[in-house]
Amino acid sequence: MRRRDFLKTAAISGGALLTGGLASAGTLKSAQDVFNEMASVLVDTTRCIGCRSCEEACAEAHGLPVPDIDDESVFERHRKTDPNHWTVVNRYETEKGTVYAKKQCMHCNQPACASACLVKAMYKTPEGPVIWRGNKCMGCRYCMISCPFDIPKFEYDSPNPRIRKCIMCYERLEKGEQPACVEACPEEAIVFGKRGELLEEAKRRIYNNPDKYVHHVYGEHEVGGTGWLYLAAVPFEQLGFPTNVGTRPYPELTKEFLYGVSLVLLIWPAFLLGISHARREEVKKEEVKKAK
Amino acid sequence: MNTAERKNLMSEVGNFVRFIISELKPKGKILTPFNVITGAIILAGGVLIVIRFVKGLGATTNLSQDFPWGIWIGFDVMGGVAIAAGGYVIPFMVYILGLEKYHPIVRPAVLTGFLGYCFYGGALLLDLGRPWHVINPLIGNSFGLSSVLFLIAWHFFLYTICEFVEFSPAITEWLGWKRIRQIVGGLTVGAVIFGITLSTLHQSALGALFLMAPTKVHPLWYTNLPVLFFVSSIFGGLSMVIVESSISHKVFQVDPEHHASFDDIVVGLGKAAAGTLFLYFTLKIISIAHGNHWHLLNTSMGHWYLVELIGFVVIPCLLFTYGVRTRNVKLIQTVAFFTVVGVLLNRLNVSIIAFKWDAANRYVPSWMEIVITLAVICAEMWAFRWVVNRMPVLTEHKGWEEEDNVVQMKKEVA
Ligand code: SF4
Ligand code: SF4
Repeated sequence: MRRRDFLKTAAISGGALLTGGLASAGTLKSAQDVFNEMASVLVDTTRCIGCRSCEEACAEAHGLPVPDIDDESVFERHRKTDPNHWTVVNRYETEKGTVYAKKQCMHCNQPACASACLVKAMYKTPEGPVIWRGNKCMGCRYCMISCPFDIPKFEYDSPNPRIRKCIMCYERLEKGEQPACVEACPEEAIVFGKRGELLEEAKRRIYNNPDKYVHHVYGEHEVGGTGWLYLAAVPFEQLGFPTNVGTRPYPELTKEFLYGVSLVLLIWPAFLLGISHARREEVKKEEVKKAK
Repeated sequence: MNTAERKNLMSEVGNFVRFIISELKPKGKILTPFNVITGAIILAGGVLIVIRFVKGLGATTNLSQDFPWGIWIGFDVMGGVAIAAGGYVIPFMVYILGLEKYHPIVRPAVLTGFLGYCFYGGALLLDLGRPWHVINPLIGNSFGLSSVLFLIAWHFFLYTICEFVEFSPAITEWLGWKRIRQIVGGLTVGAVIFGITLSTLHQSALGALFLMAPTKVHPLWYTNLPVLFFVSSIFGGLSMVIVESSISHKVFQVDPEHHASFDDIVVGLGKAAAGTLFLYFTLKIISIAHGNHWHLLNTSMGHWYLVELIGFVVIPCLLFTYGVRTRNVKLIQTVAFFTVVGVLLNRLNVSIIAFKWDAANRYVPSWMEIVITLAVICAEMWAFRWVVNRMPVLTEHKGWEEEDNVVQMKKEVA
């Protein structure tokens, strides 16, 4: 009997322990309002001239090797971000001619990376930026597996490797400044603000210039909404944006499974105990029969 | 404590230490081909592991920003854990279903499971970029409760303890600790039940990890990952037990009574494997239908999928069935081997081959990754041999039973 009690308690506390945090993730009533208040950036790719000032500013702000922004050869291929380049501007040949698009972490409303991280090293700050905390990270790279935009990058050549990615200049925001890239952009192609307001601004631009833009704000609904929003003149797949990521927040992909876990933790032990008792009775009966 | 007691204690401790030291020495011939080859691999692996920690993962692996997980995860952890599933399947059959016939293989199966988790789970440490933080999910104030990996970390930890408890009777018998033997023996059923529960969850959780990558894992493999991982761990574990026991029976000393029942056991395990393979096949078909992925079967990835499904699921299932009908032990053992390969292949497919299947730069493991993996396997075999040659794993512990029976009878009377 004692054992059964033990198992029960273990199952219940275990269930709470292993899945308890889940409830808080998606059930916030006014989640949309919360996201609308968060720090956010709007990128209007129709304004971007491909000067890469943002790349330079980013590198300077974070102590990364500063790129030579006069070197046009970088546009020959579509670059990805890497541990030393948290943002890259790529050139795309589209149906409406050459378009430049800046890439970096999207600072998702409900980030896959943060929900995948088992130690909360990847962390969505209440202010909006998604940051990485080295004192927690164990370097499992599950965030890299999970991120739909392949943003977290790992320092493979270091014995003390870090995960590197855009953190929306979190320290600068804390000081009341704007992200370095936003400040550096000469064309106001990137603007900083609250997500709700920027979303309105984006829609206003589409409404006022219905022929100029595709009628889609990338990031409004993608993966449940992102902190970085994009406007473009051409469909987003032509600018290298993944269009198969869906609108469901990524944390929900494993939610059902994790609910199932607490059920199994509760039911399985009792179930197994039941079978083993029943079987033992049966075996005993058989033995008695045999003895006769 | 008076002097006599103290002396007594000292001599006890002395005896114990002497015993352990004598047991640590290798038994049997040292310079066998097996030892020389595996020893060389372990040595080479050791050197490479040092390089890995001094220079970082990039110096030893072919991992990249696009492929953050290679064979250390896809093969060692994913595959190793799947085929270590015998550690919960066999105790389930014996302690829960009461199938006493399989009792002789409980200990080797649990030992395989326990060592599997120690070594393949341990291989995870090699892969972690910042392994000094490995304890963070267990202590600390930063529980990533929404992470499937968090669950796996806890389960690996707890399950290894369960396996240890389940195996500890053998250890206490080896040490001659009778009183403790009785205590740990009483914990067995609890540990078994908890262990099965944990296994159900983390075997499927290993599949659930990839639920977070819906655009990266090929749809044919993506659908129903958790259930499929769980079911395939069952026949993976069963097959591994067949393979492992048929090797053990050639290499180690085994009780004659065990030899007699051995064929029966293999046939029984083969039957169970055939049944679960069939269930798995059905689930696979349901998954294809569920996602309506029939058209994908006629692509190059689809063909590869069919190789896995037909070559390593359907055919083993049929051959197992045939082997069971004809009581062909040799055949069952051979099929079991291929089934193990099939499960390993499935894990590799999900985590590496069908992961970003359309990427330009594919990941291919470096020779160093392979050597280190082999070294982990060899080290595990050494550990297995060391234990089996000393503890009553394949043989029954003699001498205590009668007294135990008396105790048992007394209990029942009371
Ligand atoms: S884009 Fe990727 S790294 Fe950035 S917040 Fe979203 S999931 Fe995380
Ligand atoms: S690598 Fe670090 S940040 Fe990424 S999931 Fe693992 S622990 Fe979290």
